[in-house]
Amino acid sequence: MEAAAFYAFSLIAILAALFILFSKNLIYGAFALFLAFLGVGALFVLAGADFLGVSQIMIYVGGILVLLIFGIMLTQKAVKNSDPTRHNRVEVPISRKVAGVIAGVGCGLVLLRIIFSANFRMAGEAVENRSTIKTIGVELMTSHLLPFEITAILLLVALVGAAYLAMNRNPAK
Amino acid sequence: MTSITIYHYLIVGAILFSAGLGIAVTKRHFIGMLLGIELMLNAVNVNLVAFSRYDGERLSGQLFALFVMVVAAAEVTVALAIILRVYGHYKTVDPDDLDELQQ
Repeated sequence: MEAAAFYAFSLIAILAALFILFSKNLIYGAFALFLAFLGVGALFVLAGADFLGVSQIMIYVGGILVLLIFGIMLTQKAVKNSDPTRHNRVEVPISRKVAGVIAGVGCGLVLLRIIFSANFRMAGEAVENRSTIKTIGVELMTSHLLPFEITAILLLVALVGAAYLAMNRNPAK
Repeated sequence: MTSITIYHYLIVGAILFSAGLGIAVTKRHFIGMLLGIELMLNAVNVNLVAFSRYDGERLSGQLFALFVMVVAAAEVTVALAIILRVYGHYKTVDPDDLDELQQ
């Protein structure tokens, strides 16, 4: 049962990723990324990371993906002809395709080779059926307090910086 | 009990990472490249969570994945703001068209 769920969700994620790679329309790619994020979130839950699964859905699907779709809509190509499928279309020249295939397949082969020759020996047993929320909260407030605070500062800086950058600085005088 | 080993997670993470790299290289669109980068960050998180499964006392991997998520969120906001500025200035989202420094 667990194996079936694992294979189903990883298949969803991988197929969605490949669909983004091969689709020409960027809006379709963004919605396929939604599926890929959901699949990865389900994999988190299957690996016993319930809190991370929920935050994956809330941060990525609820925040980042909406932001990306807004970005796609705000940067429409100014194509004036009436064909509605021409917007958001990404034309890929053949040299880019060759470079993408070489980079992707090469990186994949190297990673798979490393994984298969790694021969991991795990020190402990896999943890099952225990909520991780208490551990994550205690760790964040004790041994990981400094990164936690730095994260807060980073988010504040990113918020202010993004708002300042995106501000419309040339009003029609 | 469980038949899913760590290798399964690592292979899924490797495939997702390669697909993300391919997207980031192939797409001639700033937002398309961002999609690829987000996918790569997420694939790395799969690895971190898979290793963290064997570390039930401290969950270092899951904490690291949490920080990766926060940094990804901050990164995408700043990147989108920059993309909007570039689009407002050059009226293009094609990275190949921004060759002013090459001339």
